Amino acid sequence: MPNMIAIWMPNFIMSYLGSTVTPGEAGSQFWALIYVLIIFAGVSVAVMSMNWLERKALAHFQIRLGPMRVGPHGLLQPIADALKLMLKEDIIPSEADQFVFWVAPLIGLLAAFTVYTVIPFGPSQAVSDMNIGILFMLGVSSLGVLGVVVAGWASNSHYPLIGALRSSAQMVSYEVAMGLAVVSAILMTSLNEKGTGTLSMIGIVRAQEQQGIWFIFKFFPLGLIAFIVFAIAMIAETNRAPFDMAEAESELTAGYHTEYSGLRWSLFMLAEYAAMIAVSSIAVTLWLGGWMRPFVRLLHGPSWDFIFSLFPGLTFLGLAAIAFVGVLRMPAHSFFKIQKIGLEAFGGLLGFIALMLLVIAIAGRSQDPSIGSRLNESIGYIYWFLLKVAVFMYLFIWYRATWPRYRFDQLMRVGWKVLLPISLAVLIVTAIVGVLVA
Amino acid sequence: MNPAMNSALNSGLNSTAGMAPVATPYFFYGLAALAVVSGFLVITRRNVVHSALALIVTLLSVAGLYLMLYAPFVAGVQIIVYAGGIMVLFLFVIMLVNIERSVKERRFNSMWPVGLSAAGALFTLFVFAFAKGRALFPDRMMSLPESSNTQQIATMLYGDAGKIGPYTFAFEIASLLLLVAILGAVIMTKKKI
Amino acid sequence: MVPITTIHYLVVAAALFVLGVIGVLTRRNVVVILMSIELILNAVNLNLVAFSRMWGNLHGQVFSIFITVDAAAEAAAGLGILIAFFRNKETVNVDEIDLLKW
Repeated sequence: MPNMIAIWMPNFIMSYLGSTVTPGEAGSQFWALIYVLIIFAGVSVAVMSMNWLERKALAHFQIRLGPMRVGPHGLLQPIADALKLMLKEDIIPSEADQFVFWVAPLIGLLAAFTVYTVIPFGPSQAVSDMNIGILFMLGVSSLGVLGVVVAGWASNSHYPLIGALRSSAQMVSYEVAMGLAVVSAILMTSLNEKGTGTLSMIGIVRAQEQQGIWFIFKFFPLGLIAFIVFAIAMIAETNRAPFDMAEAESELTAGYHTEYSGLRWSLFMLAEYAAMIAVSSIAVTLWLGGWMRPFVRLLHGPSWDFIFSLFPGLTFLGLAAIAFVGVLRMPAHSFFKIQKIGLEAFGGLLGFIALMLLVIAIAGRSQDPSIGSRLNESIGYIYWFLLKVAVFMYLFIWYRATWPRYRFDQLMRVGWKVLLPISLAVLIVTAIVGVLVA
Repeated sequence: MNPAMNSALNSGLNSTAGMAPVATPYFFYGLAALAVVSGFLVITRRNVVHSALALIVTLLSVAGLYLMLYAPFVAGVQIIVYAGGIMVLFLFVIMLVNIERSVKERRFNSMWPVGLSAAGALFTLFVFAFAKGRALFPDRMMSLPESSNTQQIATMLYGDAGKIGPYTFAFEIASLLLLVAILGAVIMTKKKI
Repeated sequence: MVPITTIHYLVVAAALFVLGVIGVLTRRNVVVILMSIELILNAVNLNLVAFSRMWGNLHGQVFSIFITVDAAAEAAAGLGILIAFFRNKETVNVDEIDLLKW
């Protein structure tokens, strides 16, 4: 009955928007399922757009154009790529271990996606708030290395095996420095009135909210050093340039996924990019204040809140403007007619989203708990979180375009002899300073 | 507006909050079956990598059982140390040693009937002991405070408010044990030190 | 449905333990034997955590963490021995480790 649904839906949505806990905590499986679906779709779309952005940005770093043909400015290139990969022949080498070869990409994918259950996009915008959140995230993301190792072994070929050995050694070594850097951030969460720290992802951001400072600036420069150690270890964890010996195309052809093709290969790529977003989310949660907007202590009050709540709309407005400038700069040849229309439609869509966001920001200005203000708050949380993650994604591309690849022994030396002592020292000094302050 | 239905919906949404975990027995039996079946695969597979993968499944389902026992921290340690650390080490070593030959060879040693009967006797003993001592175990299990699990374990390991905990000394010895193990592994595997 | 009590967990742990014992006693491959030892240690851990819940305190959980530490040390040392041995004899089978037999 549509009438019942019409009553039911707003109530249901309102009851969710009004809730201050995550679906997992409220025990609502339905909302948790919707969250999982949204996150799954969102990550897939993010990986696709990341694919386009990476090729485009790399091209611009090298003064090239990048993909231009499929869609305006190559916007449809990821879709074409995905289609191509799905239609490609699925080759399993005859000497390979069939079952393990089949299961390896799934392990990596599962590990990369399971992590997203505890990432806090907002105080109640997470699937669940585990009280061992960060431990769970580190543990599950370290399962990703199993997929890599097993893939290299199952291919029964030399380059994949060497790639897998390199990659597993690298990931296991950098996990140590990463874990110690994380512990020093967790220590900082215990510096509140009660004196109890927390491992919960939401609790960590709440601790930063209470102390009114992002942990990257806490005990300057201790937080910053821990953050830098984590940022370096995180690149090694995800096998990205300049630490991408595991898949070095110039020495190992493609490393552990040399023998993979088609859909299976694309699953590896999906897992790699999903893991990149996941570790960036850890960094954002631990050191960059998670869902908090910048200057939350310095510039507070309703008017500043309103100004900052305009940012999501303005961002989309800027993107729409870029799209329309692109339309203007297109050559006035009839070949480009369809591309122009497509880009105009894309810009129009972005502009429409911008308009919606601005309307929500203006309508939800008031502090009273209405759907509008709740929606406004939620959008603000998710926007700031995703903006910080997006900065990290851009940095990943930037590193890849800028730095030459490390040699393997150099990589191991950096991991064990530089990062590990630094992170240990930071941990000890943080503990001492924390005790002195408390 | 239908008030009865509205309240029913609201209560439907609210009543799920604070509800006991759904269908706990099913989860228990599923995880237990997964653990035992893949444990069986660990000791019967001819290929060592298959054994290792089966062992990972066992470890993860045991981690699930820990979660059901209100031990989230132990479950996290299980995932991060066992599945993420030790098993990667195992796979790494499997790749370093040549297994081409062992795949074609006999799986079990010549003493396997003796071993099997000894293990069977052990299992019979366990079952006998459980059947006899059933009355010793209470019918209901305690529920532990899950939200402060990590803090309580930390208090036991490190102590609280200036006093050392009951396990602080054991913890230090454990760290020494790890150090010795690392040194031993390096000395044994490195050709030239 | 029967509520899950300590005895259920004990039975599962016993099954895992016996599987581990069978692996140690019958397999030839050292790597599988080491993995069987991990199974045994896991069974013990499960017992300890189940008892921890039965008594309502955390001593069992702390003990299981110590056992995990022990398992990590055992894996590192055991695999180190395995690699050193493989370098000398080119085999990973226990019944070929017979240099001291005569």
